[in-house]
Amino acid sequence: MSQYLFFTLSILTIVSALYVVFSRNPMHSVLSLIFCFFTIAGHYVLLNAQFLAIVHIIVYAGAIMVLFLFTVMLLNLNKETEPHKTNWIKIAAVIAAGMLFLVLIASLKSTELGPFHLPYRSTIGFVQNIGIKLFTDYLLPFEVSSILFMSAMIGAVMLAKKEK
Amino acid sequence: MMDWSIIIEKSILVVVLFGVSLAIAAYSTYAERKIAAFLQDRIGPDRAGPWGLLQPLADGGKMFFKEEIIPNASDKFLFILGPCIFMTTALMTSALIPWGKSMNIGGREISLQVANLNIGILYIFAIVSVGIYGIMIGGWASNNKFALLGAIRASSQMISYELAMGMAIIAILLTSNSLNIRDIVDQQEGFKWNVFYQPLGFLIFIICAFAECNRTPFDLPETETELVGGYHTEYSSMKLGLYLFAEYTNMFISSAVISCLYFGGYHFPGIDSLHLSQNVAALVSVAVLFSKTFFFILFFMWVRWTLPRFRYDQLMRLGWQVLLPLAIVNVLITGAWLTYFK
Amino acid sequence: MQSLTNRSVVVRKREMSFMEKLYLPAILGGMALTIKHLFKKKVTNKYPEVKRIFAPIYRGVHVLKRDEQGRENCTACGLCAVSCPAEAITMVAAERKQGEENLYREEKYAATYEINMLRCIFCGLCEEACPKDAIYLTDRLIESKYDRKKFIYGKELLVEKIDERIDISKRKKNYTMA
Repeated sequence: MSQYLFFTLSILTIVSALYVVFSRNPMHSVLSLIFCFFTIAGHYVLLNAQFLAIVHIIVYAGAIMVLFLFTVMLLNLNKETEPHKTNWIKIAAVIAAGMLFLVLIASLKSTELGPFHLPYRSTIGFVQNIGIKLFTDYLLPFEVSSILFMSAMIGAVMLAKKEK
Repeated sequence: MMDWSIIIEKSILVVVLFGVSLAIAAYSTYAERKIAAFLQDRIGPDRAGPWGLLQPLADGGKMFFKEEIIPNASDKFLFILGPCIFMTTALMTSALIPWGKSMNIGGREISLQVANLNIGILYIFAIVSVGIYGIMIGGWASNNKFALLGAIRASSQMISYELAMGMAIIAILLTSNSLNIRDIVDQQEGFKWNVFYQPLGFLIFIICAFAECNRTPFDLPETETELVGGYHTEYSSMKLGLYLFAEYTNMFISSAVISCLYFGGYHFPGIDSLHLSQNVAALVSVAVLFSKTFFFILFFMWVRWTLPRFRYDQLMRLGWQVLLPLAIVNVLITGAWLTYFK
Repeated sequence: MQSLTNRSVVVRKREMSFMEKLYLPAILGGMALTIKHLFKKKVTNKYPEVKRIFAPIYRGVHVLKRDEQGRENCTACGLCAVSCPAEAITMVAAERKQGEENLYREEKYAATYEINMLRCIFCGLCEEACPKDAIYLTDRLIESKYDRKKFIYGKELLVEKIDERIDISKRKKNYTMA
């Protein structure tokens, strides 16, 4: 059962990720990226990491992609207004992407394909366990990042305040 | 097989929940019109059936038979997808709300909750934040300036108020030590309602709930006077119906969430002293939760017909400069109280 | 300038106090006000069952009166048309023939008499101007129609039927309310 779910989700993830790249319409790209995030959240659920799945949806699909969508909507991207790119930029882009591809292939080559496991079940993804891990082993990074978020939030409030 | 009986039990619960959500959404439109009328010294719809009780059916029938118009310049797929997403997410949130104590039918313990995940409240939060895509996609796909403005207003409003809402919930989580809604509800048994321990948090939460449901005073995404119809300007027939319907479903769900988080859910002081049998007690608990929910639905409407709409900059200032700092202060106070006085 | 009433208040824009800045007392006050209206008497009339009572001086669709013997009062003098501020009234006069004495009271009568109900402002000046007691405004309403031309009422609509007289006693000058 969960094996079929895994394969369905994987196919959906890959197809939607490919559509992000190949779609001509930026709006459709963004939407399929959102869909891709949902399928990844589905993978988390299969791994019994409900907390991670939900936080993934809240943060990425619920907040960050809304801002993406927002920007794309306001920019009104279509063919007429798209700035023309020179050949130099195109060549540079091809080289850069080709190098990334090379790195990916190199890293994939060195990995070994182990035997296929059914989705791994554990309670590591539960809130309590994640919390305990965060507040014992990873206390310092966690606190530092939370201070960063706090300062970002206060900064947003300060920016919103009218200049006197 | 054990598996199948659980699937059947849960499907029945889901179907009943969908039916109840839709029926309540339908009758919320009726209640809205009646209450609007009463507060304005009128009598409201009273022609369809006794006291106009069949009015929602008449409205729904009208919606179905209206001409379906899809604008030529719109993105047709997304135009249809928008209301579907909005309605789906509106209905999905009801899955994690514990509607009552568990029942016992034929020796089987049946929990009146579709799923009892240990991330409970976060799930509702996630689904609500995803629901905004319905509005954004619909507003953008309409290819209409008013619709786009409505969609942008809706999304920015949603993001801004989600923050303060999340902070208000964090205070609740601090006191209850659990994300599970059933746990939070069970901790409020008797008269230990969270609203008495978290009055500020409750105030912030309910204001944010108004904003998230796009209800007056925060109904800027669909201001008739400024944006024609807002994000659903170009919609007609049942697609418009879905949007309007989903808004009322959202209102119902957020009322239920408020009653669960702050008003003890299905608990009511003195109910245990009646010594009811398990099934009767379960039904009574469902009735208790529903009456609390209905009170908040009425409260939503009452506020709508009392307060005027915010200006957009006022809305943003309230969200970022008043509610968010207040919510942070509330979290700090709650944390300090838990550390030093408990 | 001296104020006309003692109700005027000078607007003063002072800084709001903390309680006022909270807005909550004001909001609660407003909510209390609206909830009071929930229990007030409703002002709605349920129309087809309960009809609103017209005032005795209500000015609705005109009627061209007949006298006791059933003869038309109108003599087509045109005073109503002259007095009409909206110029809604037109008429064509004709001379009464031998043998028509039981139809028309005066020697001259209106062969056609038309009031454009879309122009008419129902001021009642035609009624005031009429020297022959012929035209009166009644408490009847104009029916809605799909065609503008149908709003030009001719004699067939304006003149009262012999067998169904229209009571205009309320609009006579010496009428007193009972």
